[in-house]
Amino acid sequence: MSRAEFLEGLKGGIPVGLAAAPFGALFGALARDQGMSLGELTLMSGTVYAGASQMVGIDLFGHNVQAWLIVLSILAVNFRHVLYSAAIARYVRHFSAVEKFFTFFLLVDPQFAETIKRHESGKPVTFAWYIGFAAVIYIPWVVISLIGGLLGSFIGDPKAIGLDVLLPVYFLGIVMGFRTRDNFLPVVAVSAVASAIAHRYVGSPWHVSIGALAGVALAAMLPPVKANRKPDIAHESHEV
Amino acid sequence: MFDFNSHMVLLIAAAAVVTFLTRVGGYILIVKMTRIPPRVEAALNAVPAAVLTTLVAPAFFIGGWDIKVAMLAALLVGLRYPSTYMLVAGWIVVMAWRHSIGA
Repeated sequence: MSRAEFLEGLKGGIPVGLAAAPFGALFGALARDQGMSLGELTLMSGTVYAGASQMVGIDLFGHNVQAWLIVLSILAVNFRHVLYSAAIARYVRHFSAVEKFFTFFLLVDPQFAETIKRHESGKPVTFAWYIGFAAVIYIPWVVISLIGGLLGSFIGDPKAIGLDVLLPVYFLGIVMGFRTRDNFLPVVAVSAVASAIAHRYVGSPWHVSIGALAGVALAAMLPPVKANRKPDIAHESHEV
Repeated sequence: MFDFNSHMVLLIAAAAVVTFLTRVGGYILIVKMTRIPPRVEAALNAVPAAVLTTLVAPAFFIGGWDIKVAMLAALLVGLRYPSTYMLVAGWIVVMAWRHSIGA
């Protein structure tokens, strides 16, 4: 383990940890509001560790939906992680089995985005960097959901203090971070329209999978972009 | 406050297991492929923007004018500044809107 890379990871993760903190607190408060105990909501943050799907989960707990449907909804919201782990496979193939376990367990949206960015900037994606980046998001996430649960009754209406706008803006920021990629605008446009229509006519959380598949399918169908190509998966595929 | 309901714990465990499976599933699939066709590569490259857009677009369409204007303001800020500034801009606009015009 390189101490310098671990510290670099920690430093890089701090803004993400800070940005996630209000959502951890919000999750804790809403989970308490839906009848989960402090122990249960902390357990959920510590084992599921996926903000959007935790929110979907507690929303459904509150409506007495059958267990299998809740698990299926969480699967639908988290299905994107299949594509994340496929996309980072080439950077983590040399990790040990135990390292891979932690790598995939901690693979949340910003962790994925930063791992891709780090590789594209030419720096090595080491386990020391990865675990440092993850630790400063994961540990506060679990602790702050517990605090949010404790303070739940004091927060009251999240809209009154403007918390409700932060989640979509946060995701918007991550989307914009990818705007130099091939086919960015058509993919975003198709996913936006498909998810909005699916949200209206099929319902949440299916709009996530439907919208994402529409954008990904479009990218697969569009003619491949040849110019300015960075070395990518196909380039390294002979090693497999 | 810290009690555990066995039904809830099972549900959380199931949620944790399916989440972990999604996080390791793509890796297991991809290491079994000997070469990645260009179209699969293009599809993988589109994944993050496609997925995260689905968490943004419905919020924009369902949200009232307070949310729509705040998100547009954040978008404009995001063209030049890091995403932390976007959060601050979105929050300021939504609060200003609610205090002056109402939700």
